[in-house]
Order: sequence, then structure tokens, then C-alpha cells
Amino acid sequence: MQIDLANLEDFIRGSAFLGTGGGGDPYVGMLMLKQVLNDGMQVTLIDPADFDDEKTAINILTMGAPTVINEKIPSGPANVRALRAAEKELGYAVDAIMPVEAGGINASIPLVVGALTGLPVIDADGMGRAFPELQMTTYNVAGLSSNPNVMADDKDSVALITTVKNIDAERFCRDICVRMGGIGQMACYPLTGKQIKDHAVLNTITLAVEIGQSIRIAREDHDDVVSALLRFLESEHVGRVAKVLFDGKVTDLLRETKGGFSIGRVILDSLAGDGAQLEVVFQNEYLTALKDSTPVAMVPDLICIVDRETSEPITTENLKYGQRVKVVGVSVPEIMRSPQALATFGPAGFGLDVDYRPIELLGA
Amino acid sequence: MAKVQNIRIGVDVGGTNTDAILMQGSSVRVAIKAPTSEDIGSGVVAAVKAVMDEAGAHAKDIRQVMIGTTQFTNAFIERKHLVPVAVIRIALPATSSILPFTDWPDAFSETVGKNIFLVHGGNEFDGRVITELREEEIVAVAAKINDLGIKAIAITSIFSAIDASMEERAGEIVQRECPGAKITLSNELGRLGLIERENATIMNASLSTFVEEVVGGFRTALKQLKIDAPLFVSQNDGTLMSEKYVGRYPVLTFASGPTNSMRGAANLTAKEQAIVIDIGGTTTDVGVLSNGFPRESSIPVDIGGVRTNFRMPDILSIGLGGGSLIRQGEGGEITVGPDSVGFRLTKDALVFGGDILTATDIVVAAGHCKLGDRELVAHLERDFVARAEDKIHDMIESAVDRMKTSKDAAPVILVGGGSILVSRDLNGASEVIIPENFGVANAIGAAIAQVGGEVDRIFSYAETGRDEAIKLAKKEAEDACIDAGANTETLKVVDVEEIPLSYLPGGAVRLRVKVVGELQEALSV
Repeated sequence: MQIDLANLEDFIRGSAFLGTGGGGDPYVGMLMLKQVLNDGMQVTLIDPADFDDEKTAINILTMGAPTVINEKIPSGPANVRALRAAEKELGYAVDAIMPVEAGGINASIPLVVGALTGLPVIDADGMGRAFPELQMTTYNVAGLSSNPNVMADDKDSVALITTVKNIDAERFCRDICVRMGGIGQMACYPLTGKQIKDHAVLNTITLAVEIGQSIRIAREDHDDVVSALLRFLESEHVGRVAKVLFDGKVTDLLRETKGGFSIGRVILDSLAGDGAQLEVVFQNEYLTALKDSTPVAMVPDLICIVDRETSEPITTENLKYGQRVKVVGVSVPEIMRSPQALATFGPAGFGLDVDYRPIELLGA
Repeated sequence: MAKVQNIRIGVDVGGTNTDAILMQGSSVRVAIKAPTSEDIGSGVVAAVKAVMDEAGAHAKDIRQVMIGTTQFTNAFIERKHLVPVAVIRIALPATSSILPFTDWPDAFSETVGKNIFLVHGGNEFDGRVITELREEEIVAVAAKINDLGIKAIAITSIFSAIDASMEERAGEIVQRECPGAKITLSNELGRLGLIERENATIMNASLSTFVEEVVGGFRTALKQLKIDAPLFVSQNDGTLMSEKYVGRYPVLTFASGPTNSMRGAANLTAKEQAIVIDIGGTTTDVGVLSNGFPRESSIPVDIGGVRTNFRMPDILSIGLGGGSLIRQGEGGEITVGPDSVGFRLTKDALVFGGDILTATDIVVAAGHCKLGDRELVAHLERDFVARAEDKIHDMIESAVDRMKTSKDAAPVILVGGGSILVSRDLNGASEVIIPENFGVANAIGAAIAQVGGEVDRIFSYAETGRDEAIKLAKKEAEDACIDAGANTETLKVVDVEEIPLSYLPGGAVRLRVKVVGELQEALSV
């Protein structure tokens, strides 16, 4: 699989879906990719299965506030500087780079850096979706260190952070990010091929492209777009459990900012006229869905709100009263459901007082 | 005839008709429709002359002329009358990963070109300087622009919504080095979001020659009628721009059509909070009046395939109008539109002797409206007509529900020629009002427009304190409103929006404040 101008929009729509309501504006990522692809540069993807155990890769991302990202565009060249500084600290040149998250703008950033450096991009990530913080990765769950954490800005400043705990790296980097103007280009979590195969969420870039493709093709064929998407996610090839959790319209919306997060809840009324209600709680991303007060899906399983006709993913910022939507729940791979994983980015990781239950065991 | 003095004339230049109304105080004295002319000017002359004649008004009694026009929108979408633009972005070393025009349709490169100049400078979200502006760099760019012979220049600096000084300084230098050039600065147009704001700035610059022709044309038209009253053009948010201002910022008129119709509806009904449904021949536009002004869209909008983020009303358009085609599927289900016979309604619809079943035929068959020959639809089964009516009302009710912001029933105002499609109470509506003169709501909206001022930037609540920040923002918006020609006594804050920025500490909050006021001239007479 290649990412090129032909499948760019599919990839962006798919990464917005995997963003589960958050992850930053994928439009900015799309334009960055468009620019490098228009300039004739190429993005080479590698299947993690084809990446030797001894080879090395490092994760590439932008840290920042969405509003800033839309004004002070993430810098590809600064990201390359962060990568080179990390290599210097490591004492070796990496063989590849990879995304830390599969949802939102950070799915695109490593592809831009791959195009600029010629380094291949591994088709895998550390979140299988979007999460708000750097320690919320399957790598961290496996006990792998994010060191060295390197952050660069546009002005050739490079910060190197070494911490004992990954969660401290998140805290320090966030502060430096603000000093750098609310956005910083990062390299962190160096991994070997073996570690990637064992501890990353595999083939998620391809998954994003294929999600976008299935939405586009169903639209072109005038199929029921959401059903087509579910069929694709449940196919043997993907092997997820996917279901429509609710078909309704937005009737109430509460949103506030606490501790740097966009926190809130959205209430949906059923369109079937049965009086049912769904409540979706979000903290940047959609975290839990409760139907008539009973949980029907919870983080880390994906909760995606899409337009009920077009299946266009809807971010938390773009929720509006009256929207007709379908709420889709999708299971995540087992690697994201171990007790340690759930402690890191399950309900407990977000301070929610609810025991995780997988989506396939919950009714909807 | 009573003496007609202190009058205002509102003109709406549409694709088909040029509407003109003559207002005295808050009442509409005369309203007429005339065909829009190829050259625009003669149609405006004809329409304005007609209302003056009918009202017995003299040119010297006219205090203001307000014009609403979609010419600039159409010119941009059709890529006509556009001039090449030199784009200066003050941001290096930042932002080079998305160059100007990255997402523009290729067709624009033939007219607008791809003349891009990135220079050093710009600010951070909290106002800190990224790099200082290098004046010699601007001078060198200006020389290149002169060599290219380009006369329209778009200047965008990063975070200029927070600090516009670099943009302004660069503008001064370019103006000095490129005499006669028309310069657009991004901070006067758009909001946060570099690409969208820069796009709006380029769009505006590309129209800088055409706007002179159009405004000059309006002025000539008025001169022919011996009117020398100030000329205003209405903009997207329902406020007015002076003749001079529109010459600098034509893009601010891009969505003034739906805005004027909503503002007109507000004026005709004296409602400040309501849903406005404008039903035409092909589409129905639904918008929301909040404090008498259209609610604005918070998401970027595409114009001619170019994404922008300037002030636009939040409008939901559905494919339903008087000319919408009615069909019955094999399972008996009825569909309405989205295709329409449009302006051929009076030829193609059944009641006018045509052979196409339209929404208008259904209304006539149901006996809610006398139009054409009802005998020609007598063959339609009563049950079919009833179900088609249900479908039409369902579509409108669903659109109303989508635009509402709460479950509470809201007043609904119906305007536009297609209003006859509504024959009963609407779900979700506390009342349905069809005002007199509903056909010329656009021209009325233009005539009653006020002037406005707005501020949209990031404040630190931790540093400034919330109350002080809001006070500062209000003051800035009020000053902008007074600059635009408002009488100080009449200023009114119509919108305060606080958007806390996630991931940024120190209580960084984006504040948007909008203030409107009556025109100074309107009160002095």
C-alpha cells in the first residue's frame, strides 16, 4: 500500500474516524501531505511483518493545541530536526519512522516526515486510535520507555527530555510545547522491529485508508454507507466487532474546558420514536456511551459519531443540536484490552468510575 | 400626496430580479421588482426610479442608499473579473509546510496566479514575536511584485488576530514601494486559522479591480438619478459597509443574500429570536435569528472550492421549492425534489398547462392556494395529494429542527415566493408568521442594516482576568463599530462568545465580541 494523491482523502477520512471525535483537525494533515506529494515526494509504507526484528524505528508526532495547529502549521522540517536529534542521542540512525496515534492529525505527520526524509513509515501505531496524552500507548503498557523525548520548534530550538516514567515525559513536554508557541514537533519511543511486532497496534494506516475507501465506495454506489462500513470492519480481513450503538439526533450538548481538555457530554434522542436516549461522554475523544443509563461501549473501544446519511465522522467541536447521527462502536485489538492497557487508557486511565466491559458483551 | 422626506432606499441585486424598496422611518412605503440587467447599473436605475416615482420622492430627500448584491460571490465562483494576486505570508521560519494555494482548484491559477512570497515575521498565540519583521525583505518582495506587474496584494501574518502590527507595517512598506497597488490585510477579514484566513485575503485581493467597477457602476447609476446620498453595501453579518470600505473588502458581501432576507424577516415581524424559512423555486434556506441577527456558522465554508472562515450566516439549504418535482416510487412512497423546474414553473407546472407535477401543483390541488387552473390538477387523488403535502411539511419541519438549538418551540417566519407550500402549523414552531412584503425581504434587510464592529482574539484570563478581558474586547469592538460610522449612543453588544483553548495553560480563551449601532447619518437627519 502507498499513500498517494489518489487515496489521500480516503486516508484522511479514515484517520478522522479513528480519531473518535478528537485528535486534531485532519484537514491540516491532508494539506501537508498534499504539498509533499504535489512536489513529487513519495511515502513508502512498510508492513511491520516485513520489518526485521533488529531494525529500529522511532515515533513521530506533533504535540499542540488544535487552535494553534490551525494557525501555526506543524513544521515538517522541524520534525526532521527532532528526528535527527533523537538519532544523535540514541547513537544510531533509525531505519524507519511510525505514527504514535492512528487517529486525527498525528496519523498524517509521520507520513510527511517520511516523504521529506525518504524513510519508510511502518504501518502500525501505539494507540490504534487517538488519545490525548503521550503515555497512553501500547508501548508504555508494555513497559517501553519513550526516551529520548525530543521536541523541536520552527526556530531550530531542540529540547531533549529524559524521564523515568513516560507520564512525566508527557507533563514536561506539554510545558515546553507551550513555550515553543503551543506546538512542538516530536520524536520519541524508539522501538525495534521485534518490539513493534509485539507491542504496537498493527496495520492501522492501511485500516484508515480502507475505512475511508469503504465510505467513499458506498457513497458512490448509493449504498447504506454506515452498513457498508460495519460490514468492512467485521470482515475477516479486519476482524473487529462493529455495531450501530444508536441512531438518533443531538438534543443536548454540554461542553467545558477543564485542565486543558475539552470535556462534555452529548445527548441523543432515538429517531425510532421509542423514547430511547444515548449519552456520550467525551474528553477530547468520545469515552463512554450509555443507552438509557446502561453502558453500551467504553474506551478504549472506539465510539465514533458519524452523519447518519454520509457516515462523515463528526468531531466533538463540530457537534450541533439537531444533527442526525449514527453512533458506531468498534472493538479494539486484544493488545489494547489487557489489564495494564485498561489501567493506562481504559475507563480508569481517564478517571471514570466504571469497570471496563468489552463492546461485544454489552447490549445496544 | 404627502411629502416624502428623510427616506432610505434598499436595493437587492439578484440573479433574476433587482428589488427596490423605499422606506421612511421603519415603514416600507413602496416595493417593486424589476429584471436584473446585464450591466447591473441600468437595472438598478430602473428599479430605484420606479420606487421614487411611485412614492413621489425627490432625489434630495434620499438620505442613504443601501445595496445588497451577490455579484462578488458569483464573480469568484465563476472565476470571472479576477486579477492576479501577489501573496505575501509573514511567518518564516514557520508554516512552510503548507504553502498558499495548496488546496485551491487548479483553474484559479490561470486568473489569480500562484505568486507566493514567504517572509520572516509573525507572532505566537500569546503575542510573543516569532521573528522580527525584516523590512529589507519586504522591500525586495515589493520590487519583484513590481517586476511582475501585479497590482493586487494579499498580506497575511501568523496570529495577526492577536497582533496585527507586522501585517500593518508590511502593508505600509508595500504601499510605498508599489504605488497604486490594492492591498488586503488578513487581520481585517478573517479569524484564527491561517490557511482559511489567507484564502479569504487572496479572494478579496483578486476582486479588487472588479469591485471598483461595480461600486463605480452603482455610483454612476445614482448620479443619473441625481442622488448624491451616501451609498452602503450590506455584508455577511447583516451590517453595512460604506462605499469606501466595500471597495477594500468585497469578500465581506459573499453571503449577504440570505443574511438580508433574514434581517428583512426580523424587521417585518419585529422578532429578534426566530427561525426564518426562505422558500424559493428550487431551494429552501433555513436560518436562525439571534438578537435580530443571523446566527453565524462556526465551521469553515467552501466558496468556489476554496475553504475560508470569515463571517457567514449558518444556513441549511434543502432541495425543496415551489418548482420541486413530485414523484411516486414503486412502493408508493413520494419524493419531493431536489430537482426543480425553476424559472420555468409558469410553463412546466400542471396548473399552468405544462406536464410536470410540481410542489405548487400539490398546493393548488389541495385548495390552499389559487394559482393557474385548478381543473388541470383535479385528477390527482386526494390521498396522494395529502401524502405529498405531509412529505413537504416533514421536510420543512426536519430542517427547522436541525437548525434549532434547543427543544423549545420557536417562532417561525416564512418568506420567499415558495411560502405557499406551508399550509398548516409546523411541528416545533410556536407560531408561523408570513409577513406582508415577504417577497422583498432582501431589499428591506439591506435598507435597515446597521453598522457593526467585531473583535476575535485570544486573551489570557490568568493574566488579565475574565471581567477585564471581556471589557477590553467590548471596548475594541465598540471602537471598530464607531470607526465604521456608528452613532456612539446606539451601540449594542449582540454577541459574546468565549472559547477556552484546550491544551493551553494560563486560561487562554478565544473571545469573540460583536457590537452593532445605528448609522450616524441616520440619526442626524
